[in-house]
Amino acid sequence: MSTSDVLLSCEGVTRRFGGLVALDQLDLEVKRGDILGFLGPNGSGKTTFFNVLTGIYDFSDGQAHFAGENISKHSAQAVYRAGIARTFQRSRMCLSLSLFDNIMVGNHKHLNLGLGFNLFRRGAFARDYEQRYEQARELVRVFSPNLADRMSEAVGGFPMLDRRRIEICRALISQPKLLLLDEPSAGMTHEETHQLMGDILSVREHTPELSIIIIEHEMSVMERITDHCAVLNFGKKICEGTYQDVVNNPQVREAYLGIE
Amino acid sequence: MQPNLISRIPVLCRLSESALSLVAGLLGALLTTGFAIWFLKAENEYVIGFLVALAVAVTLSVSRLGGLDHVGRAFKEHEKLMNGAAVCGVLALAAVFREDHFTLLMISIVLLYMLAGLGLTIQFGYLGLVNLSGASFLGVGAYTSAVLLAHTAVPPLLVLVSGGVMSALVGCLLVLPVLRTKGHYSAVVTIAFAILFMSFLQVNDTLGGPQGLATGEMALFGWGFNTGVELENGFYASFYLNYLLLALTLLVIAFALVKRLERSWIGLSMDAVRLDETAAACYGLSIARWKVVGFTLGNFLIGMAGALYAMMLGFIAPANFSFGDSLILVSIVLLGGIGNPWGLAVAAAIVVILPEKLQMIQEYRFLLFAGLVVLVLLFRPDGLLPRGMRTYIPGGGARS
Repeated sequence: MSTSDVLLSCEGVTRRFGGLVALDQLDLEVKRGDILGFLGPNGSGKTTFFNVLTGIYDFSDGQAHFAGENISKHSAQAVYRAGIARTFQRSRMCLSLSLFDNIMVGNHKHLNLGLGFNLFRRGAFARDYEQRYEQARELVRVFSPNLADRMSEAVGGFPMLDRRRIEICRALISQPKLLLLDEPSAGMTHEETHQLMGDILSVREHTPELSIIIIEHEMSVMERITDHCAVLNFGKKICEGTYQDVVNNPQVREAYLGIE
Repeated sequence: MQPNLISRIPVLCRLSESALSLVAGLLGALLTTGFAIWFLKAENEYVIGFLVALAVAVTLSVSRLGGLDHVGRAFKEHEKLMNGAAVCGVLALAAVFREDHFTLLMISIVLLYMLAGLGLTIQFGYLGLVNLSGASFLGVGAYTSAVLLAHTAVPPLLVLVSGGVMSALVGCLLVLPVLRTKGHYSAVVTIAFAILFMSFLQVNDTLGGPQGLATGEMALFGWGFNTGVELENGFYASFYLNYLLLALTLLVIAFALVKRLERSWIGLSMDAVRLDETAAACYGLSIARWKVVGFTLGNFLIGMAGALYAMMLGFIAPANFSFGDSLILVSIVLLGGIGNPWGLAVAAAIVVILPEKLQMIQEYRFLLFAGLVVLVLLFRPDGLLPRGMRTYIPGGGARS
């Protein structure tokens, strides 16, 4: 594997909360265009890894390189600008804002935020707005043509499946290199999860360069969409490989099912 | 609910929906102006009480018939015309009461409170920063203008701007501790500032101490505002008319700018910061930047309102800028509809004019407003005129 193919490489990433080691010396590599599944029992450190990587928590130790850049000291804002976008386990949308507004929040790095542009050059603003509106609509249409016709409705009025779709659109609008999905199926039925995974696969077809790390408990999902998987337990990586390798690994079975 | 009873009236059904709304909107503006004239002219407390009851009854029944939806739609689809109608309404009031000092003063105070309310709308409505020292920032602007007019030759129009700038600068210092906290801690910081500012004024002899100090007048192009207009044909206008017109001009400009702010990527960013700081940070929004920008812009407007307020009153004292006044300002924003500039107009009129006209409630006014705010929060939690969805391009640009 040549190093230029590697998008994200983590070495010894550690996060301690007082005496608790939530992430213990995690090494991980993600290649361009790869979908990595992140498995592990509750509290094994999966979401903590996302939070450390995206700058919400500091690294206690270790470092991460993303597209050749050391991001271990980056703020949340800088991580986003470098090209990592994420969704949240408990969907964090602005429920009172419209679908379009929510997606535009994700496009922050491409927006002109000058006072002069926004307050006084309204003609230029209107043209910019039209263009961004179309762009957002195109993206939403990939997920659901129905949603694309409801761009100015408040997100609070949509069911969970659509909120998840909108949240993923918010993450994708800035054209990130790496997408972090934190349990996208949480709170959804089996059927809805199935639909959402279909959406994610079609996004991947549209943008083959995009890498994805996905945290998920639904095993059928993992089997269907991941290229390879990593399993965490008590903050340590206990296994890595293809889905089949991982589920047949005795350590993994033990972590999930206990010792017989 | 029968939302569209009005559109079933025979003559009106031939009009298109949009034109119908415009008619309803303009009619509403006309009726409101007429009512305001009647109300301001009334002297007898019983008549005033009757008028208040009438206003409540008419508003409720029109709302039942779907009339208010039409008015709302008129403001959305024919924004320029409706804005113009509102300004004309104020001008009509000014023309009718041109000789009446007290009424003009009252209307001007409503306009200035609205201007300050716009500042709070940016801070509280968009950014979610509670500012419980609105009156103190009004005071910073007021004292700045008093000192500058007394001791320097700065032209009064620049004094107005300086009042705003000074207030914005003080706000910049105050926002620093706020940036280190999350949630509603800005309330605590601003309460502390309100108390600090009050004590500072009380003990400061150069600024007149508790007695306060006299301020100079506004002047434009060498024309002093403190003289009324008297023409040979018997036309007379109170000097307060000058201040009313200037306050209205400032308000219109500020109103347009705040509306544009809301309908821009800046307004969107401020909303995102208010609703979820963590998610906003993960999408590259600098929380500190937007808080500083919003707090500063808001205080600039409040300070400018304060500077003109001082010139108009001619005399200011610490008692004008008490914590109670800050609460009045916040209650205007809450009552009107957080984040909706039009709500300010309704709420400021109620909060400022009602106690002046109904002297018997003067002592109980805090009680009354507290009750009113609680009632509104219970039954209309988003205020009398809640903020609608953002439309970036008013009129045609918005698609549904």
